[in-house]
Amino acid sequence: MSEIRLERIHKIFKETRAVDDVSLTIKQGEFMVLLGPSGCGKTTLLRSIAGLEDIDAGSVIIGDRDVTEMPPRNRKIAMVFQSYAVFPHMSVYENIAFGLRMQKLDKSVIDTRVRSSAELLHIENLLDRYPSQVSGGQRQRIAVARAVAMESEVLLMDEPLSNLDALLRLEMRAELKRLLSEIGSTTVYVTHDQVEAMSMGDRIAVMRAGKILQLGEPLDIYQTPVDRFVGGFIGNPPMNFVAVTVDRRADGLVAAVSGAGSVAVDPAAHERLQPYVGKSVTLGIRAENIEVRRDGGTGDTLQARVLVVEPLGSHDLLTCQLGPEQIKVSTRPDMAVRSGEDVALALEPDRTIWLDPESERTIGM
Amino acid sequence: MTADTIVLSGKRKRNWAPYILLLPSLVFLFFFFATPMFSSFVLAFQTPDGAWSLDSIGTMVGDPNFTRAVTTTLTLVLIVIPFQLALALAMALVVNKRLKGTSLWLYVYALPLAISELAAGIVWVSIFTQKGWLNSILETLGILERGVIWQSAESYWTLIGIIVVAEMWRATSIMMIILVAGLQSIPDEYIEAAEVYGATLWQRVRRVILPMLRPSLQVALILRIILAIQVFATAIALAGTGLTVMSQQTLEWANDIDDDHVAAAWAGLMLILSIFATIGVLWLLPVKDEQQV
Amino acid sequence: MTAPAVPATTEATGDPPPARRRLTPRKLLNTILWYLAAIILALFIAVPIYLIFVSATTPADATYDYPKSVIPVGIATDNMEKFVTASGVVDAFWRSIVAGIITVVLALGIGAPAGYALARYVFRGRDGYRLVVLSTRAFPIVILSIPLAVMYRNIGIYDTVWGVALMHTALALPFAVLITSSVFVSIPRELEEAAQTLGCSPARAFLRVSLPLALPGLTAAAIFTWVLSWNDVFAAAVLTLRNPTLPARILTSLTQASLPWQFAAAFVMLVPSLIVIFVIRRYLLGLWGRVVK
Repeated sequence: MSEIRLERIHKIFKETRAVDDVSLTIKQGEFMVLLGPSGCGKTTLLRSIAGLEDIDAGSVIIGDRDVTEMPPRNRKIAMVFQSYAVFPHMSVYENIAFGLRMQKLDKSVIDTRVRSSAELLHIENLLDRYPSQVSGGQRQRIAVARAVAMESEVLLMDEPLSNLDALLRLEMRAELKRLLSEIGSTTVYVTHDQVEAMSMGDRIAVMRAGKILQLGEPLDIYQTPVDRFVGGFIGNPPMNFVAVTVDRRADGLVAAVSGAGSVAVDPAAHERLQPYVGKSVTLGIRAENIEVRRDGGTGDTLQARVLVVEPLGSHDLLTCQLGPEQIKVSTRPDMAVRSGEDVALALEPDRTIWLDPESERTIGM
Repeated sequence: MTADTIVLSGKRKRNWAPYILLLPSLVFLFFFFATPMFSSFVLAFQTPDGAWSLDSIGTMVGDPNFTRAVTTTLTLVLIVIPFQLALALAMALVVNKRLKGTSLWLYVYALPLAISELAAGIVWVSIFTQKGWLNSILETLGILERGVIWQSAESYWTLIGIIVVAEMWRATSIMMIILVAGLQSIPDEYIEAAEVYGATLWQRVRRVILPMLRPSLQVALILRIILAIQVFATAIALAGTGLTVMSQQTLEWANDIDDDHVAAAWAGLMLILSIFATIGVLWLLPVKDEQQV
Repeated sequence: MTAPAVPATTEATGDPPPARRRLTPRKLLNTILWYLAAIILALFIAVPIYLIFVSATTPADATYDYPKSVIPVGIATDNMEKFVTASGVVDAFWRSIVAGIITVVLALGIGAPAGYALARYVFRGRDGYRLVVLSTRAFPIVILSIPLAVMYRNIGIYDTVWGVALMHTALALPFAVLITSSVFVSIPRELEEAAQTLGCSPARAFLRVSLPLALPGLTAAAIFTWVLSWNDVFAAAVLTLRNPTLPARILTSLTQASLPWQFAAAFVMLVPSLIVIFVIRRYLLGLWGRVVK
């Protein structure tokens, strides 16, 4: 299993920079997720690793070999395509065996590998069928089995779950994660679904407009996004962002929301926010890090009015009017909050982030 | 080093593969379309001794058969096209209705595509000849006492009539297939909506289907008109020497009279008429982008 | 759309009859009318073919019976024999076959790579090329044949099978390019890319994956090309003299030949094409629909 090093990759399509000076190192055996909205360049980057796109500048290094000039077949990779790309004119067995036949391996070796891959993906009973005779979900398994059978250093996956229905997607997510950790290959996985990214990746690279905005472990990105875009992209519901003014009080700094009161700023953030005293910043906090207090609380709360209550079973999702803005708050179902109620909101201090209102980047990152 | 510098000095290679794959076809088309086009032009403006002049064209125009051939051809085109369009549309609508056995209907309606114009001409000779099928059936059913001489050289318009019928039989399939493809790209919902709002079949055809079929109609008409101007074997088979058409004249001058220059002049005339017809169709049936699906 | 089948009479179980769409008289009439139209149109196309079949196989002694009987009096090969034994007919037949085969090999050999390039690559000049190819389809054969005849005479391939085949290839090439292009477009590029990641060079990926999947469509294109060559009359007439293809040979005798001879000739021209179109009927609509634009 190999490390993948991408150095200053550039790819330009007509006038657009699909991949704009991207450098990334994927560690040996790591499961790296490239996450972002459509058009952000994640698929182009993946295809550049595969050799299916010629890059305009930069290098791709797999293991200790510079493969930048090599065609796909020499790069020792295996890939799962979004549309599966299962060959319709070959049986399932032949599909899985295809790459191994290209390598001219011994027949018995091929047979062993095909059958064990098929077993891993639970399709060993389909080997004699043809792709047109199996379901979409099974075709996806064939595509994965075909890649797994290659036992290659690098495994590339381009949105392999996006064509499955919701229930199947959930099942396959867990299955894939288990399977891939068993195999242990270096995996690069492209998706636009942040749930997939969070649940499967060792690290996530969030991309936008051809650049990597943030690289890190899922929880880090979730709790400390580097800017407003990342904070809003990850997590469901997206992170709340509220404009606040930083004021100095006797005992420290506070963040004031117009018409809703003010809350104390976590002392750990005081130093960062010094330059912003008297000015406006953006406060970011997730719905689940806001507590609803009915009793008026200890005073360090903001006043809001509940507009909509969505009972989701495991929690209630509230839409609240906080000053001039609307935010999402999640509460335990047994609080039985009702629409129209006035509530006090307490914000968890160490889960609050602060963004510069102009650059929309998190202060101090 | 900025990104721009990297790219400029980088490796933007152009893939030559597609051009290599295309090359043979371009070479071939050059020799077999471009070159003949050009030499046809040259031929028409020369005389047999090689001098540049308008004599060959003059010979063509001055020939007694000129007016007859041109008017006959144009008459045929003007009569056949509207009838064929209606027939093709009817067939296309039937096919699009997806009745039971659609593949059978489509196969039968498309049969004439496989039939050469010469065979088609002879087929209708067997029908229209004096002791042919039409007269046989008419007499057997008692509709006529004696058969009509359909192929009479005396009656110009009867000859035109039977050629029109034969051409309709032979050449409508091409239009039909283009229209079927066009119809299938019109979502059923548009036509259903019209039906819900009370349109009769005729109204649906006129106000919804035909306008949305415009691009297909354009193609079908242009192709068919150009082919109709070249009407050849059907006319010879059915009318013999009773009348003459332009392509027949072309052949006569080329092979019988052995004057390639006048033949080229005839060919050129047909090309010019085809171009006018194309422009005419594009002008009368413009396809506005914003009206597209 | 036909109404669903009316269920059998309900048993006396006390359950209410299942709901069904009401088959109004109006809907029934509508459906009947559509079927009627379909049948009439089909008869218009099919009956003449049946009639020429009868004409061609009428026994010699029944040839001049009048009125003709629609039901064959007998089936004989008398007319066919007269046709086939006429001078030069068998040779002309083989020349047509050979010309057809040459045309298919050349047209596909040159056109399929171009079709592949159009389908798989995005390159500068792509739209221009497509336009050029499309416009050659609209060219009158007439205007190409005359100067080609002159050219052929100069380089010595006038009046040869190869000469005719080359002309046919030029006529068929646009179809070959556009049809093969649409065939390759229907094969997802991802299949070739997957093969490449599994160890294939681009060429190998094409041979192992795309070609097998394209074979049915390519076969249909080949057959279509063959029919085009088999049916051509005008170009063959201009480009041959003593070594005609079948249609050209028939054309020269047309004015003097007896009717039975003509009918047999038409029949021999028809049958191969009809069989062939039957074989590729499924591809017809797909081919034309995509070829058109």
